[in-house]
Amino acid sequence: MAETIIKHTLKTIVTMIIFTLVGTALLAYIFEITRVPIEASEKEARLALFKQILPESAYDNALLTDIVELAPSKLLGNRSSTTANIATFHHQAAGVILEAIAHDGYSGDIKLLIAIRSDGSLSGVRVLTHKETPGLGDYIDIAHGKWIQLFNNESLTKTPANLWQVKKDGGKFDYMVGATITPRAVVKAVLKALTFFDLNKDTLFYKFKQASPNAVLPTQMQRDEP
Amino acid sequence: MTSMYKEITINGLWKQNSGVVQLLGLCPTLAVTTSAVNGLSLGIATALVMAASNASVSPVRQWVPTEIRVPVFILVIATLVTIIDMSINAFAHPLHKVLGIFIPLIVVNCIVLARVESFAAKNETVPSMLDGLMMGTGLALVLGLLGGIRELVGRGTLFSGLDLVFGPAAKQFVLTVIPDYHGFLLAILPPGAFLGLGSLVAIRNWIEIRNTAKASAAAPLLKIAPSH
Repeated sequence: MAETIIKHTLKTIVTMIIFTLVGTALLAYIFEITRVPIEASEKEARLALFKQILPESAYDNALLTDIVELAPSKLLGNRSSTTANIATFHHQAAGVILEAIAHDGYSGDIKLLIAIRSDGSLSGVRVLTHKETPGLGDYIDIAHGKWIQLFNNESLTKTPANLWQVKKDGGKFDYMVGATITPRAVVKAVLKALTFFDLNKDTLFYKFKQASPNAVLPTQMQRDEP
Repeated sequence: MTSMYKEITINGLWKQNSGVVQLLGLCPTLAVTTSAVNGLSLGIATALVMAASNASVSPVRQWVPTEIRVPVFILVIATLVTIIDMSINAFAHPLHKVLGIFIPLIVVNCIVLARVESFAAKNETVPSMLDGLMMGTGLALVLGLLGGIRELVGRGTLFSGLDLVFGPAAKQFVLTVIPDYHGFLLAILPPGAFLGLGSLVAIRNWIEIRNTAKASAAAPLLKIAPSH
């Protein structure tokens, strides 16, 4: 009796192990053959997105790999460290692509990709991800409206910080009636990203302006608070 | 033998349709069907998983002890779903972005395990595979139909997002059925999914009842017991 129980248990265990091994081996194989295409299409998608906000003629470096690590910052809204892509042209600073997160949207975080030229003007802004109401707040997404293009060529010198608000709050930015919270959050996030750039631009470009590629970053990034 | 295949097909597509009769797997049915392309894509992915999982469980069924059959089935299904997930990510990247978390969630779609457990574990390989494929196709049709209705009512277009599957060239196949349509938001939002599915269930029941009535009128001597 006891022997049959042991035999049965063993059979069960062996069956489970065999199925697990076969499944794992199959997955490892598929992972290996899809890894390269997945990486390639992710890279392609990223570059296509960059192209929308920073024309390819504006830089001549490897935008995807020339990155600077950024610690969590209140101005960018990132809670874990993120990266900025640095664009250079003939070894001169050309611009930077920052990721910023607005936490005060209507529903959930709004993730933005912001391209700033080295002179502090905006080259373009795009919404990466958002959960705003479809048909109401989602016009911040280029797929649903041209609103986000209002930021093209804006800068802190062109528009003083106190006008970086939606028109309803006395600023200069248009919005659609019925959805004010969403654009308000986006305008605020872009303003903060511009402020971040102003405070940190020397640090951002430091590594890439040097002739020597091995130059190291200064140990401490500037503080967020102006 | 052919009559068996015919019955499996009719069961999957109409009689036991998982979308509007068994009402299994409602999570993707309601969440993904914001457009015809989204609904159909996830439906096809589910159908592929179901055909593959039924086909791979059936030949090994006598070696799986009853006590661990559910973990083994889930393991097989999870492996297949992950393979499909990685393949879509590699070869239709934009579509992967749209379907997002719903592909991995096929694993927990009850209909997949239900067919493995109730059909593939008891039948030969070829009928099992057909059963999975037909059950999945039935679901895919419902998802595509529901997505099409919601897209048409909500945005006045059909097949928008086709370029996500077939590349930018497919953009010309997007139909703008109602030009200058301002949109009917409710259809795109979750309540639209419930209303749409409810209507589909009602229409299917109405057809079924009418057919039964017709059949009993044609053969008044035969008493037909109501099937529901």
